[in-house]
Amino acid sequence: MVGYYLELAVRSLRRNAMLTTLMVAAIGVGIGASMTMLTTLVVMSSNPIPDKSSQLFVPQIDVTGYGSEHHEIGALPWDLTYRDAIAFTKAQGGVRQTAMYPLTLNVQPAQGDPFQASGRATYGDFFAMFDVPFRSGATWGRKEDDTRANVVVLSTSLADRLFPRNDAVGRTVSLGMRDYRVIGVIRNWYLTPHFYDISSGTFGASEDFYMPFSIAVDRQLAANEYGCDITGIPTGWQDLLDSECPWIQYWLQMPRPEQVRSFRSFLDNYAAEQQRLGRFKWRPITALYDVAGWLEYLRVVPDEVRINTMVALGFLIVCLINAIGLMLAKFSSRALELSVRRALGASRSDLFLQCVSEAMLIGLMGGLLGLGLTAAGLAALRWLRGIPSPDSAYGHLLSLNVEMVLITFVVAALTTICCSLYPAFRASRVEPGWQLKAQ
Amino acid sequence: MEMLPILRTLRRNKLGAGLIAVQIAVTLAIISNCLSMIQQRMQWMDRPTGIDEANIFEMTNIWLSNPPDLKARIEADLAALRSIPGVVDVEATNSSPLTGIEWHWPLGKQSNHDEFIAWTAIYPLDEYGLTTYGLKLNVGRWFTGSEVGEIRSGEVKIPGSVVITQSVADGLFPAGGALGNTLYFQHGGSSRIVGIIRKMQRPGDVSGWGNPWREYSIFIPYQYLNSELMYVVRTKPGEQATVLHAAPAKLRELTHDRIIRDVQPFAQIRRQAERGNRTTTVILGTLAALLLIITAFGVIGLTMYWVGQRRRQIGMRRALGARRSDILRYFHIENLLIAGFGCVLGVALGLAGNTWIAAHLEIHRMGLAYACSGALIVLVLCQLAVLWPALRAASVPPAIATRGL
Repeated sequence: MVGYYLELAVRSLRRNAMLTTLMVAAIGVGIGASMTMLTTLVVMSSNPIPDKSSQLFVPQIDVTGYGSEHHEIGALPWDLTYRDAIAFTKAQGGVRQTAMYPLTLNVQPAQGDPFQASGRATYGDFFAMFDVPFRSGATWGRKEDDTRANVVVLSTSLADRLFPRNDAVGRTVSLGMRDYRVIGVIRNWYLTPHFYDISSGTFGASEDFYMPFSIAVDRQLAANEYGCDITGIPTGWQDLLDSECPWIQYWLQMPRPEQVRSFRSFLDNYAAEQQRLGRFKWRPITALYDVAGWLEYLRVVPDEVRINTMVALGFLIVCLINAIGLMLAKFSSRALELSVRRALGASRSDLFLQCVSEAMLIGLMGGLLGLGLTAAGLAALRWLRGIPSPDSAYGHLLSLNVEMVLITFVVAALTTICCSLYPAFRASRVEPGWQLKAQ
Repeated sequence: MEMLPILRTLRRNKLGAGLIAVQIAVTLAIISNCLSMIQQRMQWMDRPTGIDEANIFEMTNIWLSNPPDLKARIEADLAALRSIPGVVDVEATNSSPLTGIEWHWPLGKQSNHDEFIAWTAIYPLDEYGLTTYGLKLNVGRWFTGSEVGEIRSGEVKIPGSVVITQSVADGLFPAGGALGNTLYFQHGGSSRIVGIIRKMQRPGDVSGWGNPWREYSIFIPYQYLNSELMYVVRTKPGEQATVLHAAPAKLRELTHDRIIRDVQPFAQIRRQAERGNRTTTVILGTLAALLLIITAFGVIGLTMYWVGQRRRQIGMRRALGARRSDILRYFHIENLLIAGFGCVLGVALGLAGNTWIAAHLEIHRMGLAYACSGALIVLVLCQLAVLWPALRAASVPPAIATRGL
């Protein structure tokens, strides 16, 4: 029966090609515009590490005093001071933990001009905590962390740039005028949002190299940024390590709730103790977030994207109202045909079904058009933002994935069917034969 | 008057008319907000920075080894750059307008340095800064060579004399008399104002919340010493391209112990800085334009349907003596009524929506003017959209009235 209705629908749609085109165009453009914006929003606000979101934690402690004085948890520094990070590392509150900071070093290739690369000084636990995939080699262990080993892990792009022909593992690379032994190369990897440190761009690329935190501090390798604005500027490296400048990111992996509870009380006790020791004049607020909480706290999705999405959703609403109006017109113009069918014995529900299947056809065509427009819209956004390929940290935000394609079709079909319900209901109420009499 | 029959017809087509009115209202609410946001961003984008943008290019230089003779090396670089024909002047500094990274030394009160009064960015510049950037001095003087000291990255050394922008002068000394007066920094210490520059934008992001502080720049008389720094080069008009190519090679002649990157004319820096705002403008503009087209489609579709439905009545009216222009006018007035109702609704909806969004997100409040100009656009568009179906209606022959009776 549905096959017959679809055949009827095709015929009816062809008969009034103008109205059909208007309807398909309206739905397609509405779906295209809203899905373009929605894709960006969904990817930007998605959790980059869902399996471990509730295991990874970031502590905060108010070393500036501003948040504690104003009772404003939003004003706490995002990073820790070096001394706090070291104290937490000693406490070993999680099954894994790492203190880390971003840095930029000059790379001297064997041939060619030197260039800059951005990297991260971190503990070996980092790779297991954030599920970093390795292409070859492996990470360093606690032993290398303690002995300040001269080792480095490279990204695929840096490894291929330095050693285009061979595997980089086992070779030596010159970073900031010092030699390091390459022990691992990671696969093309990015976390969006780059939640463990958004200072280098919320949706930015991952680092090009990773080296042990201990050796970076030992060699006084400067971080990209220090939060010293409020606390006063240190004069030397040791002064920086002793200062109240927050510049170290610190993450822990705590799979069990009792670990979280005990770390939380450790954190509070630590803050109170520091106040007792006279380090703070205030009682420092502390906070502990898991990944989802942290993303919410940082408000990673830019207001621009939220506004654009709202506009696009409003757009979809207009398109749907439009579709209802046009369907009303379309079905009413077929009152004659429908009343003949009624007179020949079709029930009201038959007519209703016929109208809805016609609407579904329109919805599917609209969805198809919408999908094409979504792909075009995302390509246009990439072009506007100057992103060459979808296979990069930011490009990945602006590309279609399978889920979004499915969602697009479901949204298109559902909304069109919903829009068709009332017009179809009205059309199916037609009196049998009544229209015949008038002619 | 035809009003009554139109109203009566509309009452019989409540649903269709209502849908179109609601559609127009939502369309108007969205496009007026889009217009307001676009206009805001256009304003952010078009702002001149106060420097000689057409003739300036910049490049970043990084010393590979941490040279002990940093000052001598930088001075050799500056001399080499100045020797290139076509160069007006050169400056070594930490940041420039639109580059995003800035030093801020907030200002405090005389009585209490800690009490914040202004969010100011500082530019460490030597005696060549004025000519390099092509700044205009309103009153006072620029730095002399003898008062220029040295400053390293992250250092705070409050100088004896500073030059400020007119914006800072107006903000801190609304009654005038800024020249010769004193600034108090939150870090402690104070400086005498020796000159006032007409305009110089700060390096940081000045859209959004930073907007009111956008020209809060203070110049301090220092030569910036750092292993990574930015050379700002101003050339004579028309010579930028040649100098821009020659400059990196000239520097590498001195030593290869360096990385030179981001050699780019200021126009390019501006394009990059404006990219986000431009993207948003294009997105909102496209959405608004598409929305208007869709709504026009809706008006056309529904009116076509009504025309089809009323063919016989139209024919009858024609047979009873109505002219074509009467039929045309009928549909235009009908559309005006519906669209007018939709617009009143839309203006209210647009303002309410704007208030609601502004409470949650960072957008500017929309003026009534935007809502009204949006309404005008929508009304005109609807009148244009209705023209084609109305013409079709007007061409219904009077003879149709006699058929099927």
